[in-house]
Amino acid sequence: MEPMVVEMSSTVISNPVTSSNRVISRRKKIKKSLRNQTQSSNNNNNNNSDNTPSSTTTEWKTQAQQQVYSSKLLKALREVRISPPAPTAPKGGRAVREVADRVLAVTAKGRSRWSRAILTNRLKLKFMKKHAKRQKVAASCTTSRITRKPRVGILKLKTKNLPAFQKKARVLGRLVPGCRKQPLPVILDEATDYIAALEMQIRAMSALADLLSGASTSSTTTASQPPPS
Amino acid sequence: MSSRRSRSSRHSGGSRISEDQINDLVSKLQQLLPELRNRSSDKVSAARVLQDTCNYIRSLHREVDDLSDRLSELLETSDTTQAALIRSLLMQ
Repeated sequence: MEPMVVEMSSTVISNPVTSSNRVISRRKKIKKSLRNQTQSSNNNNNNNSDNTPSSTTTEWKTQAQQQVYSSKLLKALREVRISPPAPTAPKGGRAVREVADRVLAVTAKGRSRWSRAILTNRLKLKFMKKHAKRQKVAASCTTSRITRKPRVGILKLKTKNLPAFQKKARVLGRLVPGCRKQPLPVILDEATDYIAALEMQIRAMSALADLLSGASTSSTTTASQPPPS
Repeated sequence: MSSRRSRSSRHSGGSRISEDQINDLVSKLQQLLPELRNRSSDKVSAARVLQDTCNYIRSLHREVDDLSDRLSELLETSDTTQAALIRSLLMQ
């Protein structure tokens, strides 16, 4: 990912007024990285989807997944603190929240739409602030081309025609990252995975916080106590 | 998901997603919600499930925000305990 990042920043700095060529080449780079991320995972999904649709959802409950997340989070947090933050980066709790979400998306291994959306949004914010509109179009093109899901009219279903239901579905689509314009079944599916992932994130972060607060208090007590003879 | 495309809805032609599929997803979502998972799925309307899902996700977001604030404070003050922390994480 590193070389792509450097290239993009240099083009933004050198030519703030982009031609269509730059946008197309950037679109290709996003597509490439997304395709590399999701190709193997899409194959896995096609094999598993018929038999165990909730296999990825139950994975979030495993201790192993929580361990993976905790270690990645710790590493990322240490890196953030060691290198001084960029002037545009947020401070304090907000920075920790962004790191935690990014690590969560990475742990998802690009299998879900919300995780891909979190990662592409981060890229967009960092390097393409000026051309946000064009990048949104590019991102929506790439995701639809990769997943190849059909666009279905929700209004054709019987009882789900109610405006109250539609409104709630839209609200839910805004809450789950990457699902603003998705049809209802996609939103529901993404929401189940997203909730499981969020619960794991909370378990891991509270365990980490307990460990940190417990470690700081225990170190002071062991220092003060004389060793048992 | 691609296998369910073969199931046709009562309204033929336009919609490829059937009502059953939506209900299936809604009941799966209901199982995740702490408030509604014990109630039988015929007593809970789909709109209620959606509403509770939104509320639950918002409360989870709030909890993550609180935890990140707490973590950022703890990380500021406990640089010296990192070795002990890593050791205890590895031993779990």
